[in-house]
Amino acid sequence: MIRLSGVSRRIGEREVVSGIDLEIHRGEIFALIGPSGSGKTTLLRLIDLLDHPTSGSITFDGSPTDGPEHERRAFRRRMAMVFQKPGVLNATVEQNTAFGLQFRGMPKEQVHEHVMSVLEMVGLSGLSQRRAPTLSGGEMQRVAIARAIVTGPEVLLLDEPTANLDPVSTGIIENLIGWINRERKTTVILATHDMGQGQRLAGQVGVMMEGRLVQAGEIYDIFHHPVNRAIAMFVGIDPIRHGIVQSNDRNLATIAVQGTSIQAVTSLEIGQRVALCIRPEEVTISLPDTCAPASSARNCLAGTITRLMPYGPFTRVYVDCGVPVTALVTRQSGEELNLTLGARVNATIKATTIYVIPDQEPEHPSPHGTKDAR
Amino acid sequence: MITVQEIIDGITQAFQLIISLNPDLLEVTLLSLYISLCSTLIATSIAIPAGGLIHFHEFAGKRVIIAIIQTLYSVPTVIIGLVVFLLISRSGPFGAFGLLFTPTGMIIGQTILILPIMIGLVITALSGVDRNIRDTLVSLGATEFQSITQIVREARFAILGAVILGFGRAISEVGVAMIIGGNIRGETRVLTTSIALETGMGNFGLSIALGIILLVIALIVVLIMNLITASALSDSDRILGGPQA
Repeated sequence: MIRLSGVSRRIGEREVVSGIDLEIHRGEIFALIGPSGSGKTTLLRLIDLLDHPTSGSITFDGSPTDGPEHERRAFRRRMAMVFQKPGVLNATVEQNTAFGLQFRGMPKEQVHEHVMSVLEMVGLSGLSQRRAPTLSGGEMQRVAIARAIVTGPEVLLLDEPTANLDPVSTGIIENLIGWINRERKTTVILATHDMGQGQRLAGQVGVMMEGRLVQAGEIYDIFHHPVNRAIAMFVGIDPIRHGIVQSNDRNLATIAVQGTSIQAVTSLEIGQRVALCIRPEEVTISLPDTCAPASSARNCLAGTITRLMPYGPFTRVYVDCGVPVTALVTRQSGEELNLTLGARVNATIKATTIYVIPDQEPEHPSPHGTKDAR
Repeated sequence: MITVQEIIDGITQAFQLIISLNPDLLEVTLLSLYISLCSTLIATSIAIPAGGLIHFHEFAGKRVIIAIIQTLYSVPTVIIGLVVFLLISRSGPFGAFGLLFTPTGMIIGQTILILPIMIGLVITALSGVDRNIRDTLVSLGATEFQSITQIVREARFAILGAVILGFGRAISEVGVAMIIGGNIRGETRVLTTSIALETGMGNFGLSIALGIILLVIALIVVLIMNLITASALSDSDRILGGPQA
C-alpha cells in the first residue's frame, strides 16, 4: 500500500534517515521500533507527506507522491497522524475533534454527528464541551486519536502514542488502536521505543537505529535473532563478545569465549569472530552442586553473582562465569535459591537458545558503533 | 508648583465635566476615540495578514525585516508626525488631497505610527503557537489558508494584546496629533493635545480631568475588545473568570 524506496532525509548536515526501503501492506499494524533519535518520527513525517525526502521515493497505492501540494494534500487526507505531543488547540474537545471534517467541507450537522460518535468510541463524550488544554495527558492523547480517526483514514500514523502515559491510559489507547485496526480495517503505522508495545500491537516490526532500518520482520525473530549487537541490547540481551568458533559439527559449534567453551547452534564457520545472544529468560540458575541434568548440547557454567537488579516481578541476575551471563529469574525462585551477591551458582543454557551473530566490530567501537554492523 | 489640593480639584472637576456632559469636552473625547479607533482598525486589518505573511513564509532577509519592524517600535511620534506632515502638506506629494490639519490626516499618521508595533507583536503572537499545532493541522488535511486561520485563532489573545497596545499608543500620543492635526478647536483637538494646551496655560485641574477621562475611555475600550474577542470565539468564560468546564 505504501512503499518507500531508498528514502533519505537530510536536515542541515545530518542525514536523519537514510536509505529506507520498506513496504507497508493494507490492513497491517506495523511498528517502527528504535531508541529515541533513531529517525522514527522523521520517517512517519515523510510517510504523512509533511516533509519531502531528500532522495528516494514514496508511493501510495502505486502512485508517486512527489506531485504539487494539492495532490499531496489529497493523499494526506487519506491518512491521519497522531503526534507524540497531542497538540490540542485552545478550543473545546468537540471543536478539536471536528477540524479534519471541517477542512474537508462537511456540513455542520454531519460534523457534529460524526464527532460525537467518535468521542463516544474513545470514551470522551462526557467531556465534549470541556476545553481541550484542561484535560489530562491520557485524555488529550485520546482527543488526538479521535481527531485523527474521525475522518475515516485508510492509514493511521502514531508517533509514540503512549509515551509519558500511565499504564491504565496506555492500556486504553492500545486497545483503541487494536480495535481501529480490526473493526475499521485501518492500516496502522506505529513508532514506539517500547518493545512490549510493539509486541502487543504489531504483526510486523521494523527496527530503526541511527536513521537506518536495520531489521524488519516478525517481532519474535527480532526478539530472538537480532542481526547485530545494538539490536540485541535494545531487545534486552547482553551479548557476550569476543567469541571464536573453534569447531562446527553439523551446525553444533563449540565457541571459545574469553577462555570458556560454549556450545551453540550456528552455521558460522571455524575461525569466525562472534558474539553470543542469550535471552536472559532462557538461562536457568541453580545451586553449585546441582547442575541441571546434563542432556545433549547443554552448557553448564559455574560462576559468581556480581549484581542483582529488580526487574518488575523478576530479578536480573548477572553472573560472572568467566564470561558475563545475564539470567532472569522470578522473585520467588530467587529467594528460594537464596541468591546473594558473591554467591556461587551454576548457569545452564541450552545450545539451541543461543543465537550467534558475527562480531566484526572494532575492538573499541565508537558511540555510533552500529554504522558498520549492517 | 502643583499641589495635592489641585490634584483633588482636578479629580472633582473631571467628574463634574463628565456628569455635566460639557459639549466641548464631549467633542474632544469623541474625536480622540474616533481617530484612535479608526487607526487601530485599519492597522489591525493590515497587521494580521502582514504578520501572517512574514511569519508563515521563509524568505531571504526575514530576520532583517523583523529587526527593522522592531526598531520602528522606537520611532518618536513627532518624527512620524514630521514625515507625514511633509508628505501631505500643500507642497508635498500628497498635498492635493488636502489632508493636513484634518482628522483623516491624523488617522493616517497614527496608523503608520502603530503599524510596526502591531505587525511585530502579531509575529510574536503567531510564533508563540506551538510548531506542533501547525503540523497537526496540515496533517489533518488543512489547506494553507485553513491552517493559517486556525493558528491566528489559536493566537487570538496574544493578537488582542497587540491590538490593545496599538490602540493605547494611538489614543495616548501627542506628536502626530499636534503636528498633523494642529490642535484646532472644534476641528482636530483631541484629549492629548487639549492636555498639552491646558497644562501650558496653567489649568492643571482641567488637564488632570482630561487625563482621567482618557484613561476611563481606554478602560472601556479594552474591556469591550476583550469581550468581543472572547464572545466571537465562544469562550467568554476565559475572560469573565467563570468555570473552565
